[in-house]
Amino acid sequence: MANADYETHEHDVVVIGAGGAGLRAAIEAAAQGVSVGLICKSLLGKAHTVMAEGGIAAALGNVWPEDTWQVHFRDTMRGGKMLNNWRMAQLHAQEAPERVLELERWGALFDRTKDGRILQRDFGGHRYARLAHVGDRTGLEMIRTLQYHGIHQGIDVYMECTIARLLKDGERVSGAVGYWRPHGKVVLFKAKAVVLATGGIGKAWKITSNSWEYTGDGHALALWAGADLIDMEFVQFHPTGMVWPPSVRGILVTEGVRGDGGMLKNNKGERFMFNYIPEFFKGETADNEDEADRWYDDKKSNRRTPDLLPRDEVARAINAEMKAGRGSPHGGVYLDIASRRPADYIRRRLPSMYHQFKELAGVDITKEPMEVGPTCHYVMGGVRVDADSTAATVPGLFAAGEVAGGMHGSNRLGGNSLSDLLVFGRRAGLHAALYAKDFGGPLTVDAGQVEAVAREVLEPFSRAGGENPYAIQADLQETMQSLVGLIRSERELTEALRKIETLKARAKRVRAEGARTYNPGWHTALDLRSLLAVAECCAMAALERKESRGGHTRDDHPYTDDQWGRVNVVLRLRDGALQLSREPLPEMPAELRALFQERK
Amino acid sequence: MPTFTLRVFRGDPTRGEFKDYRVEAEEGMVVLDVIHRLQATQATDLAVRWNCKAGKCGSCSAEIDGQPRLMCMTRMDLFAEGEPITVAPIRAFPLIRDLVTDVGFNFEKAKTIPPLRLKPPEPDGTYRMMQEDIDRIQEFHKCIECFLCQDVCHVIRDHEENKPAFAGPRFFIKLASLEMHPLDTRDRTAFGRTTAGVGLCNITKCCTEVCPEGIHITDNAIIPLKERVADSLDPIVWLLRKFRSQKTQPV
Repeated sequence: MANADYETHEHDVVVIGAGGAGLRAAIEAAAQGVSVGLICKSLLGKAHTVMAEGGIAAALGNVWPEDTWQVHFRDTMRGGKMLNNWRMAQLHAQEAPERVLELERWGALFDRTKDGRILQRDFGGHRYARLAHVGDRTGLEMIRTLQYHGIHQGIDVYMECTIARLLKDGERVSGAVGYWRPHGKVVLFKAKAVVLATGGIGKAWKITSNSWEYTGDGHALALWAGADLIDMEFVQFHPTGMVWPPSVRGILVTEGVRGDGGMLKNNKGERFMFNYIPEFFKGETADNEDEADRWYDDKKSNRRTPDLLPRDEVARAINAEMKAGRGSPHGGVYLDIASRRPADYIRRRLPSMYHQFKELAGVDITKEPMEVGPTCHYVMGGVRVDADSTAATVPGLFAAGEVAGGMHGSNRLGGNSLSDLLVFGRRAGLHAALYAKDFGGPLTVDAGQVEAVAREVLEPFSRAGGENPYAIQADLQETMQSLVGLIRSERELTEALRKIETLKARAKRVRAEGARTYNPGWHTALDLRSLLAVAECCAMAALERKESRGGHTRDDHPYTDDQWGRVNVVLRLRDGALQLSREPLPEMPAELRALFQERK
Repeated sequence: MPTFTLRVFRGDPTRGEFKDYRVEAEEGMVVLDVIHRLQATQATDLAVRWNCKAGKCGSCSAEIDGQPRLMCMTRMDLFAEGEPITVAPIRAFPLIRDLVTDVGFNFEKAKTIPPLRLKPPEPDGTYRMMQEDIDRIQEFHKCIECFLCQDVCHVIRDHEENKPAFAGPRFFIKLASLEMHPLDTRDRTAFGRTTAGVGLCNITKCCTEVCPEGIHITDNAIIPLKERVADSLDPIVWLLRKFRSQKTQPV
């Protein structure tokens, strides 16, 4: 072991990422009695989960006793246009209620029903009001609950530490190397099992609801370590991001606005969603305003408002209205809750939306409509995992939450992310701990690999005349926004891949100025490695899939194609080159298939 | 496009100074946008902590013209174009570099708070809570841990020596939220008096004034905590509390 040069920590399980999935994984692993390290890129409690607004989808049946895991499962699969890993969707629907109740036992205070149970709200694509929530700050409640429960479980927390590479011992993962953001020193983590819980890739786009951290680190770490990625073409553009003023463009406006009665309108005042009901959802969607309005209070005899179609459908509709010249003055459409609900209701149900529009845009949402438009929000694709254990295709590596692929198919329903984090975070922690307990032989770390990573992270300081990291990042964001956006084509995707090649070459010359102490320029230079890797995967997979489905819309292949409904696009790195293949979806058993034939 | 002079603290614990930068600001921009523009164009290594840029994560706390604020929620149109805008790190915590401080104090204090001790569930295994019984605590749960209340608190702002015996306003609301939690059975009165140092607060309400979430820290959390501490020392009140619910809601 020749790593005495670097600060070294050893754990049975190391969890990378401390949002909902990472925290839940660390708590579960610790409960199994193994030693756990939890690595956060930011401070504890600041991960992206904190920004989640609407709620946690779970068929608790508190508001609509008719709701069961089977209905939730069906909604999830249909929302994902049947491309989901059925077993993940099943486990998710079955276990989400218990995960929510567990949060309550750990101190979370959800909004209540009149009889004192957890209140549930309507959201897109969910047949019944299903989202456990706290106003519009559910993610904050969730992360604080996990954080304050977690700090008493004997977990070692490493804050403001970025992981640069995973380490391998032969085929299996043996740890990770990263750097401390505050002082810039290299740090080595030796681990029997590693859980990736790093979130998504949204920072590769210009208009995004994602924070600086969302640079696809976990996707890239897995890819570089030899693991498979699936479904990377599926990127969710949330239909409602802020559009004005320019500096807040992309900031999320919760789907809860529509769940609580908000209506989308164009500049003629028309509720245009009635014009965009796809065949697939016709049976369950109201085709007139009266029925849609009645649905809020009577779900049994009315069909759901088209304002609450799944996000992919709504985002495309908004995009089409804007392109047809029926948009709002600042390039969005209107989202109006003021004309349906009284001011005190809006302030109580949506306090942070009220605050956000008032403070940042000077708009009072209790009096006037918001202007909203699509914003890059979530990647459905990710590390290919075993549904039950969350194990990746590399031994010792596990993945949960946004970084894992399969659960949401081609499009995620709102509210299914927070529940995904809890269900699969717990499973990842459990199975990583079990794997660590069964681990045979010595835990070996190759000093040469550690050295190579240490050299790699310090390289930007040696390139005095090199490129500005922010300029490369901005050019990548522009490329992905304009060429790998909501609507795609072969010509644009080919162009995107060509530009990404150029950006990769430029990134090899990226420079860092100043010293290693808390240096965001240097951090950005290093984040470019993963950003470019995930951008390339996304564009390649998008070029491959010649159909339109969920979060992947091809102008040149505008229809959903059954042939493509049977395969995942898989990416893996072999001998330094990205390999792409189409591989069959796991087949759903007959008793679950029957759920899709019962109803319209 | 208006151009502003930003007077930004640059330095580390050994030395530092305010440096002037000229930056353009578009309509609707906040201080954090301008700091980012500075980073991208003039000072790539300018250290600043941020995440959500929407007032939800509490990472970008700073002192702007002497006022503790979130950079992401401070609009540039608050300022006149001619005057320099001073941006400094929060002062109550040790500097790491530029606008970033070591807020580890808060994470250490967090660990000392005795966690929830759950009462037994209803026969069906779940719990019932009425909305009106949790409204007050939900207010405390809005805390985004920006630590501006800690930064502005007289007890620790310029008194390093008080830090070991004082948890600070952020953790008083944490303490109050647990004390008022309908499912909790633990008594933290002694902890509040001794380890957390509730008695050191002299109710100047500075914390409440800077809270970006508008939490009534002093009125709704600290004063009720102080009352509990005082009551716990009074044998008659103590007996009364034994017979009534321990979880009475303060007004």
